[in-house]
Amino acid sequence: MLNAVVIFLMVSGFMLFFATTVGLLRFPDFYTRVHAAGKGDTLSTALLLAGLIIYYLQDFSGEALLTAVKLSLIVFFVFLASPTATHAIIDAGYEAKVPYWTKRKPSADGEPYPGPERRREDRQI
Amino acid sequence: MTAFFWALAIFLLLNAFLCLWRAWAGPSVGDRLLAMNVIGTKTLVVLVILGVVAGGGLFLDVALIYGLLNFVITVAAGRFLETGRLSQEEGRWGGAP
Repeated sequence: MLNAVVIFLMVSGFMLFFATTVGLLRFPDFYTRVHAAGKGDTLSTALLLAGLIIYYLQDFSGEALLTAVKLSLIVFFVFLASPTATHAIIDAGYEAKVPYWTKRKPSADGEPYPGPERRREDRQI
Repeated sequence: MTAFFWALAIFLLLNAFLCLWRAWAGPSVGDRLLAMNVIGTKTLVVLVILGVVAGGGLFLDVALIYGLLNFVITVAAGRFLETGRLSQEEGRWGGAP
C-alpha cells in the first residue's frame, strides 16, 4: 500500500523534472528558462526525496529513522538553497543585461532586442 | 522496488543529459549556469537513490555535501558574472568603487 504512495510521489516528481527539462530546452529566452527551472527543480527534488523518506520509514528502526532525518535535512536545505541560487542567477543575468524575448521585430540598427535598461541603482525597491 | 529505483535513476540521468544541451548551446552565460544548477540538483537526487539501492549511508553525506557545493558554486559564479570580481574590496556593496 505504501509502495503505491512512494511510486506516485516519485513519478510525479519525475514528471515535474521532465517539465523542467522541456521548459529549459524550449522556452525562448533566459528569464522564462529561469522561471521553468527554478520552480520545477525545487518541487521535483522535494517530491522525489519525500518518496524516499516514506520508503525508508516502512520498516521502522533506529537506523531508518536516522536516514529519514538526514533526508529531511537535505530536503530542507534544497528548499532554502535552490530558490536562493535561482534568484542569484536571475539577478546576475538582469545586471548583465541579458536581452529578453519580445514579439516585436528586431530593430534595424545592430542590437536584435533591447536589453533591460534599468539597473540596480534605478530600481524602486 | 529496486527495479523501479534503477529505472527512475536512469531516466533522471537521461533528462539531466538533455539539460546538458542547454549548458552547451546556451546563448548567455546565465543559461549555462542555470543548466548546471539543475544538473547538480538532479545529481544530488540520483546520489540519494543510489544510496537507497546500494544500501550505504555514506551516499547521503556525499549528496548533502554535493548540494552544498552546488549552491556555493552557483552563487559564486552568479556573483562573478554580475560584478566581474569575487572579493568585496572596493566593491559596489559598500564603499566607493
